[in-house]
Amino acid sequence: MSDIKQIKNLKDFSTSVERFQGGHRLCPGCSHSIIVREMLNATDDNICVSTATGCLEVCTAIYPYTSWDLSWIHIGFENAAAAISGTEAMYKALQKKGRPHSDKPTKFVAFGGDGGTYDIGFQSLSGAVERGHDFIYVCLDNEGYMNTGGQRSSSTPIGGATTTSPAGKVSYGEKRLKKDMVQIMAAHGCEFVAQVAPSKWKDLVKKTQRAYQASGPVYINAVSPCPTEWKFAPEKSMEICDLAVDSCVFPLYQIEDGHKVTVTYKPKVKKTVEEYCAAQGRFKHLFRPEFSHVIEDWQKRVDATWEYLLKREEAGI
Amino acid sequence: MTEEHLLKGWEEFEAGAILYSFDGSSHHINNSIQHSVADWRAEKPVFNEEHCIHCQFCWVYCPDTSIISKDKQFDHIDYVHCKGCGICVDVCPTNPKSLVMFTEQTTNDEAIRNWPAKDTKKDA
Ligand code: SF4
Ligand code: SF4
Repeated sequence: MSDIKQIKNLKDFSTSVERFQGGHRLCPGCSHSIIVREMLNATDDNICVSTATGCLEVCTAIYPYTSWDLSWIHIGFENAAAAISGTEAMYKALQKKGRPHSDKPTKFVAFGGDGGTYDIGFQSLSGAVERGHDFIYVCLDNEGYMNTGGQRSSSTPIGGATTTSPAGKVSYGEKRLKKDMVQIMAAHGCEFVAQVAPSKWKDLVKKTQRAYQASGPVYINAVSPCPTEWKFAPEKSMEICDLAVDSCVFPLYQIEDGHKVTVTYKPKVKKTVEEYCAAQGRFKHLFRPEFSHVIEDWQKRVDATWEYLLKREEAGI
Repeated sequence: MTEEHLLKGWEEFEAGAILYSFDGSSHHINNSIQHSVADWRAEKPVFNEEHCIHCQFCWVYCPDTSIISKDKQFDHIDYVHCKGCGICVDVCPTNPKSLVMFTEQTTNDEAIRNWPAKDTKKDA
């Protein structure tokens, strides 16, 4: 077990030695790199990263460049979790033989987008978690296949306009509800599962450090506002992120040992789903009178989920 | 990696060519930090020390690792890797802001001379 890096405030945090460098080709204002920086900077231990195909992978590893100052592996879209579990198993086997030598412990982290997590990489993630490898899986959830032009994924929320669920005269966009990955991963019996937002850096760092201390699989779902496909100005990324959290569309909570729920952030003034939608172009059509029911129903679902989480927390089960 | 390789595009490699690994001396490692994205910018953030409280919000939220802090203090902006997204300006809590977007053509001295005044509406 490694020491937890002391980060009392942002000033402490800002002394971190960056292991994720600039010069990558992610869009201006992309939240992916903010999440990655916060997570890598939360520890001084060695880190080994695997990434699924997606925005993060293609933009940070354009041959012959890399933005990663650490061990990094990419194989395919569907197997970030398989790649990291193999790496972790190899590391353990080599350690038994006395190699490799390092005075610091090594952490294993996989990053995937929601396409590489909720859909395409789901089986390898489920398998790696079931086998109990010691790794952290982080889903950078921007609710669609943004790297290929913004197609829907099973993470796209109902009402969202994407290129494969376009809004028009008769259609209000995506018709299916977003898959609840946090609960699904908790049901796998993970020691620790959490939802985080980069705009709440302290909460994110605390949960990440808890994840680094775990001795089994951990799943973290990170909301990652996408200026390009959510359609908002790049400088608004962190404001949209705050709206997602304050409206409880993305509640910040954690589940330990598969059942113990803790809500880690309770907004002082709750925002509405309407305010969240109004800030993003992908929900613009929902403000037409004939589609207003989508937002109303969504608000009811958000309220119900929030109530449920608070009750679970109170009951301690 | 030789200079010659660096100039080649991916479509210029012959089929079956050996792509060199990133292992080896630092000369062979091509960190993306060697690549400039400065031409992505239409506007650039300019820093004004006078108002800064060194809270580090801009440091933590910059997606391009382009706010460089030293000894817990804001130090400088890395204009080679800043894409001009404007997040640092948006999150800066001071009034007036310690970071403001200006057009690329404006020099930093000009920008500081034309710094916006305190927003009095905000305090009310
Ligand atoms: S956010 Fe503004 S006040 Fe805070 S360190 Fe950056 S420039 Fe200074
Ligand atoms: S404008 Fe964006 S990329 Fe440039 S320093 Fe500010 S936050 Fe970083």
